[in-house]
Amino acid sequence: MSIRQGLLALLAQQPMYGAQLRVEFERRTGGTWPLNVGQVYTTLSRLDRDGLVEAAGGSDEEGRIAYRLTAAGREAVGRWWLTPVDRSDHPRDELAIKLALAVTVQDVDVPAVVQAQRTQSLRGLQDLTRLKQRATTEDDLAWLLVLEHLVFTAEAEVRWLDHVESRLLRRARTAPASCTPLDAPARQVTR
Amino acid sequence: MTATLDQPTQRRPVTGAVLELRSVSRVHGQGPTAVHALREVSLVVRPGELVAVMGPSGSGKSTLLTLAGGLDPPTSGEVYVQGQALSRMSAADVARLRRRSLGYVFQDLNLIPTLTAVENVMLPLELDGVRTAAARRAALASMTQVDVEGLADRFPGQLSGGQQQRVAIARALVGDRRLVLADEPTGALDSDTGEAVLQVLRARVDTGAAGLLVTHEARHAAWADRVVFVRDGVIVDTTGVPAEPEQLLEGPTC
Repeated sequence: MSIRQGLLALLAQQPMYGAQLRVEFERRTGGTWPLNVGQVYTTLSRLDRDGLVEAAGGSDEEGRIAYRLTAAGREAVGRWWLTPVDRSDHPRDELAIKLALAVTVQDVDVPAVVQAQRTQSLRGLQDLTRLKQRATTEDDLAWLLVLEHLVFTAEAEVRWLDHVESRLLRRARTAPASCTPLDAPARQVTR
Repeated sequence: MTATLDQPTQRRPVTGAVLELRSVSRVHGQGPTAVHALREVSLVVRPGELVAVMGPSGSGKSTLLTLAGGLDPPTSGEVYVQGQALSRMSAADVARLRRRSLGYVFQDLNLIPTLTAVENVMLPLELDGVRTAAARRAALASMTQVDVEGLADRFPGQLSGGQQQRVAIARALVGDRRLVLADEPTGALDSDTGEAVLQVLRARVDTGAAGLLVTHEARHAAWADRVVFVRDGVIVDTTGVPAEPEQLLEGPTC
């Protein structure tokens, strides 16, 4: 998610100045995506330039300017909530690439690669689960939802690893191991 | 089993462990068709510790649980529960230990359909000679922990899958269970209810019980202090560095 959309969403609630925006953003996402105040001010000035926010008045005694949404800004926020997140622009997944290479390069102990990753993913999941237990007690819903997103993402990775393992086993039973020839036609993944 | 009886164990059980599996193997059948469900597995679970066992179907994880619960003897190796070697106990003593100290949550819930929910939960206590009134009190307390005390007088057939699961958990935790063994306890439950079950299990362990949880779901295994991975009857990896027990087994005779 871009900082831009996040700040617009926060300003839809009430006018805020930069430092406030930063604190609110981090509080609501449990510090998962820390921002520095410089990023916040740069983003605010771009939003101002694009006509999505405007100064809500003069600067206060500490020289801070609160920003509020313009009509165009409110419209942009409304659109953002209802636009599905596009995952296709995410960076390439190193793990997927690593395993794709592992199964095609000779003498790689693929089950060991899978298990090392699975153990690491489980450790991460354990950490997240401990944080979640604490969040449940404190009844902090926003943070809880962010954590659960991370939990489900980690779980998906482990499930994929399980799948890779069982597929490899099935393949090993039915056919001798072979490498994909270097001149095999490349496949394009379209998402 | 005879191998174990013929060769007295040379080392004492790990001090303070609620459950210890020492070089436990389980072979089904004989000769070329023999199936090695577990091979020389060692595992220690201490009070306040929840250990999850993960592995694909047929990896031996459920066998591990049945051996830990004394439901099936190992072909070789030893199972200690609260420092007692199960192979050296009489069948009656193992049965008593199971009734008093062990709680099980099975994949299939094994609720008795002709008994009400509370009667199902009371059963392990009553079998152990606890009087009806005291057993009912303890059963209701256990049911309260999993929010099903209001369903006490219903029969299993009148409960939803999730409610039945909670009753089964209440039965597994009733009284003073020191070791809770759970085999896919969240099976067939939706995500949120499944998590509630784990919270209860976690809470019981946090008050000093030991727990062994078999699951194929990473999200559930993550509630454990330690996750061990079983493949082809062998522990291939673990997430945690538990205290010293595993190393202790390798160490000099104490």
